[in-house]
Amino acid sequence: MSGAEIGLALSVFLACAVEAVEALTIVLAVGTTRSWSSALSGVGAATIVLCVVVAAVGPALTSLPIGVLRLIVGGLLLIFGIQWLRKAVLRASGLKALHDEAAEFDEQRAAARAAGAGGGSFDGYSFTLAFKGVLLEGLEVVFIVLTFGANQHHVGIAAIAAGVAVAAVVVLGLAARTPLARVPENTMKFAVGVMLSSFGMFWGTEGAGASWPGSDAALLVIVPAVALFSIGLVWLLRREQETAEMSTAVSAPAALVEPEEVRV
Amino acid sequence: MSVIRRIGFEIWDFVVGDDWINAVAVVAAFGLTAVLAGAGVTAWWVMPVAVPLLLWLSVRRVLRAR
Repeated sequence: MSGAEIGLALSVFLACAVEAVEALTIVLAVGTTRSWSSALSGVGAATIVLCVVVAAVGPALTSLPIGVLRLIVGGLLLIFGIQWLRKAVLRASGLKALHDEAAEFDEQRAAARAAGAGGGSFDGYSFTLAFKGVLLEGLEVVFIVLTFGANQHHVGIAAIAAGVAVAAVVVLGLAARTPLARVPENTMKFAVGVMLSSFGMFWGTEGAGASWPGSDAALLVIVPAVALFSIGLVWLLRREQETAEMSTAVSAPAALVEPEEVRV
Repeated sequence: MSVIRRIGFEIWDFVVGDDWINAVAVVAAFGLTAVLAGAGVTAWWVMPVAVPLLLWLSVRRVLRAR
């Protein structure tokens, strides 16, 4: 396995595991609160829709000329990657709440309990929520698998990495019967953001007609550079926050003291 | 028609997300890379300059909007 293939498998595995954890939380919440059969029907229906999307988009993507494919896929991955990275940077710097699967699970369960009971054996609420959750998270998985896989002509490796990630999360989740709150989801999202942005930048540039110095070896510089820049951004934002908090702490007592000074 | 519009909106939201300026800037940066490469000028450096800048600006936009 080459370095690029390992990078492909690792990126797809991490991205798919994160999405699978989020989908699992929704399915577990409605399944344990309302109806397992309806929730699992929703999962099945969403899986069928995702298969149709793969069957329709997959061959279309792989039939594109490699230059066009790399430019389109690189652009999409980069737009996607910068969004992931921005959220990850804001979370790591404390400016955005960390994604908490346990809290999300409680919220979903409360909403499921508050929704009225459905008539008959089929629970439309459980079906719809599980369907939407799996479809939306699954679309991201499909997008990442197809773009990464098609670009390196290794859809098989990408699909295996995605399958292993989803299977691992489902097995762990069903064994625990609780959301996988211990999975370092925020760190994984940070890593995925770095990988999506790096590969997007690399492939898009090649698709636009430019050549990287060192060809594929350039990725060995691009990935660490994007990671270091993002970590530096987190450090900078934390410092800014600390400075702002200190100036607030200093100015608050001063405001209390001033009237005293006027009186004297 | 409303279904098509809704699907279009979902696709837009899925790909572009909440920061369309970032998406436009990425397209513009790749456009510049293509123009430079087409003219025979070294162009690989455009994205390594653009990406950190775009990420930084995207973070700043979120913080300003608070």
